Amino acid sequence: MSVSQDRLATTGLQARSRRTGGYGQRLLVAASGLLVAGCIAQSVTAGVVAARSAIAFAALIALGELLRLNLPGDREGAPIGTACALAYALLIRVGSVPARHSAFQVVAVAGAGMALGVLPHLAVGRPARTVGMASRLLAVACAAVVFRPLAGTSDIVRHWWAALAVMTALVTVAWLVDVVIAACIRADTLRGRLWVTFTDELRVQGLLGVAVGASALLIAFAAEAMGLVAVAVFLAPLLVTQVAFRRYAGIRATYLQTVRALARVTEIGGYVETGHADRVSRLAVAVGRELGMTEPELLELQYAALIHDIGQLSLQDPIPGGATVLVSPEDQRRIAELGAGVIQQATMLDRVAEIVRRQSDPCGGTSRCPSGPVPGPVPGAPPGQDTDAGQRPARPPLSSRIIRAVNAFDDLVGSSADPGRAAAVVDRLRLDAGAEYDPEVVAALGGIITRRPVVSA
Amino acid sequence: MGRLSRATWLYIGTVVAAAAFVIARSPHQGIPWSRLAVLAVLFLVCESVPTAITPRRVAWSPGYAATLASVVLLGPFGAALTGVVSLFSLRRGPTPPQRIFNGAMYALSAYGAGQVFLALGGTVGVPTGASFPKIIGPFAGAAAAHIVANYGLVAGVLWLTSGADRSQARGRGVLDLRLPLPDFGFAVFGLLIAALWSVVGPFAAILVLIPLYVARWAIAQFADQQRAYEATLRVLCQAVETKDFYTRGHSERVSKGSVMIARAIGMRSERAEAIRFAGMLHDVGKLGVPTKVLQKTGKLTEEEYAAIQLHPMRGLEIIREIGFLDEALAGIMHHHERIDGRGYPMGLAGDEIPEFARVLAVADAFDCMTSTRSYRGARSLAEAITELRRCSGTQFDPAFVDALVAAVEREGWQSPDVPVPPPGEPATAAAHDHDDPVVPLRVMGRR
Repeated sequence: MSVSQDRLATTGLQARSRRTGGYGQRLLVAASGLLVAGCIAQSVTAGVVAARSAIAFAALIALGELLRLNLPGDREGAPIGTACALAYALLIRVGSVPARHSAFQVVAVAGAGMALGVLPHLAVGRPARTVGMASRLLAVACAAVVFRPLAGTSDIVRHWWAALAVMTALVTVAWLVDVVIAACIRADTLRGRLWVTFTDELRVQGLLGVAVGASALLIAFAAEAMGLVAVAVFLAPLLVTQVAFRRYAGIRATYLQTVRALARVTEIGGYVETGHADRVSRLAVAVGRELGMTEPELLELQYAALIHDIGQLSLQDPIPGGATVLVSPEDQRRIAELGAGVIQQATMLDRVAEIVRRQSDPCGGTSRCPSGPVPGPVPGAPPGQDTDAGQRPARPPLSSRIIRAVNAFDDLVGSSADPGRAAAVVDRLRLDAGAEYDPEVVAALGGIITRRPVVSA
Repeated sequence: MGRLSRATWLYIGTVVAAAAFVIARSPHQGIPWSRLAVLAVLFLVCESVPTAITPRRVAWSPGYAATLASVVLLGPFGAALTGVVSLFSLRRGPTPPQRIFNGAMYALSAYGAGQVFLALGGTVGVPTGASFPKIIGPFAGAAAAHIVANYGLVAGVLWLTSGADRSQARGRGVLDLRLPLPDFGFAVFGLLIAALWSVVGPFAAILVLIPLYVARWAIAQFADQQRAYEATLRVLCQAVETKDFYTRGHSERVSKGSVMIARAIGMRSERAEAIRFAGMLHDVGKLGVPTKVLQKTGKLTEEEYAAIQLHPMRGLEIIREIGFLDEALAGIMHHHERIDGRGYPMGLAGDEIPEFARVLAVADAFDCMTSTRSYRGARSLAEAITELRRCSGTQFDPAFVDALVAAVEREGWQSPDVPVPPPGEPATAAAHDHDDPVVPLRVMGRR
């Protein structure tokens, strides 16, 4: 559900990855597919050890894959499935019977369970998301390869603390594998920087990963204490977590929709051209990512870009075409201030309001914008809007600078799909770079425009 | 909590004395003290985390997990001692008398739970594989006893201090007297901890609680986002009202009126919530109507009239993608339909009109009539009610008119103050309001 709603934040992650393919991703999926096939073949020929527990865990993994979870930023996880698969890899005993299944069997069971769990998704026309599955499978395989040979040794069996330490380490490793793969894929498809996408993944997946790891240990130990029957019961804490995350992701998506509705207000009211807010936000996010902004920053940038023209609502008559780039700097500033005033009423959006307020400030007056002639505070801000209007820092925040340049770009290009015109407009912005626009932003914008032949797509 | 009544002191004293009595009377030998220490620390951790953020229906009181694990692992006496620890809760909220009461209350109810556990045939000690599923019955009984005793004791203190200082008593966090089902959920985790104790010892507690604390984090995030979302919706409806000075606050009041009707007819709470949003946003489509039409002084041309009639559709266009209940969207789209079928935009009649739309129509007209417009003063509540009744059955659904009238008579209605135009505002004043049932829109060429 919220996949499509959160998509804007990722500028069509799926669409892009489908279009440009991504050899790395295909390789990943193919390799893990082969791995599963090989392991299944091996397990069948060598004979399945402890078939009952294998079937039970495969069923739980399938259930977990069925109950996938949407996470912020068009991510998807299967926390319950991952926890069960890891638990199967880390199993020492079921009841009093030692678990002797091999790493091959772990991969086979996990792969079979995932394949089973994805079928209902395919049946109702949802994407399979094979890349995520492959990455989860590899993480589980890493843990299994290390732990299965150890599971029979006497030290692990005798001392629970030794087992706990080894298991904790392996769960951490498995989680890191998953995070690193996800970060590489995101860096590849979104043209982000690897380090930035890695920290983004850590931020989004961090706490959930801890919960998954703890639950994996819980299930592995529970099987020892109470046998297979009770294993499902021990999923309860993780289920609570999953429900909480689901609600969180749901309200986040609704929130983004509301901000977009706010953006449509100016369009329906005839203040700006239809599609302007949407185009500016897409392009601004692309520029922001190019410049290495993190995901929370990008989200704020996206919100601010969507509603950057809200101040125009207070105008008596719409500006012709809604192009703020064509009105005087004073009017630009007034619109920005009014808009920030409106946004500030939603106290949670304070930083977004600040971004919108500063979008009218030219990028002048610091060493990073060499030719900027305007040092110090910007004069002429309307009184009574803001207490620190007189003592603004010289340089607007990066998000404001991005919106300023991208807004100007879109005002001048409009919905035209002509690459020549887009290039010409970027050249025109380059002339003003330094004084009006941030040169880095304009350079990034130029790079994106040349890479993407059809801007309005 | 400085001035407590004598009855309250007596009550607290009784609870403390009872707790002290059961603890002192119990046999002290045979208690594994190290296990008790671990469980006490666990309970302290659970109780010390602030519980301020609990969105509706998600209660967070993991303390039960620790005390009920103690019931199984230590027996009644040990469970009582675990409960006493809440004296030392790291939370800054409770005052000393509150702490003492909490400690005694937890001790007493945990002790009771322990006795129930034994009475139903449970065995104290680390459960083994053979204990299942026999242990489940006694454990459920113990959990029920614990929760009931806890709520009962707290309800007593609330009852004695209510009126005096309810908010302070609420600071405990457990005191919301609603159905304690979530607490049962946490009680189950007590059993999980006890069951795992045989394999990993105290780590059982950590492994069980980690996912729950992550859940708690997610719920906190959820609450933040929820607040942000509602604030943004409010911005959305204020954006509408910047266009027309006289209608300021109209959306909020229509929202309130709709909820009053919804409650009066016994709507479910989720639907009442949806109609609250629908009321806030019902006129959002007016943004698509040119300001000069909204504020026009003379008769409207046919085109201008059409522009006004289009506003529900425009509203739909703006908010269509927000994940509301579909009912709210239908309500906004049809809130100007009339029962006799002469409304707009579709000309639906009678039951064809969605229920939400019929509710909104009544609240909308009622607020319009009781507010001041540039071309007339506000009507009194009695006049407005008479007018609603006059149009009942032709324009409005009689059932909802009755519901609103009843609700207004019961709860009252806050009519807005007479607006004072700000100095910068244009002098032109609208001669009509599309919501006004008494002064219909005047269109050129029509009578």
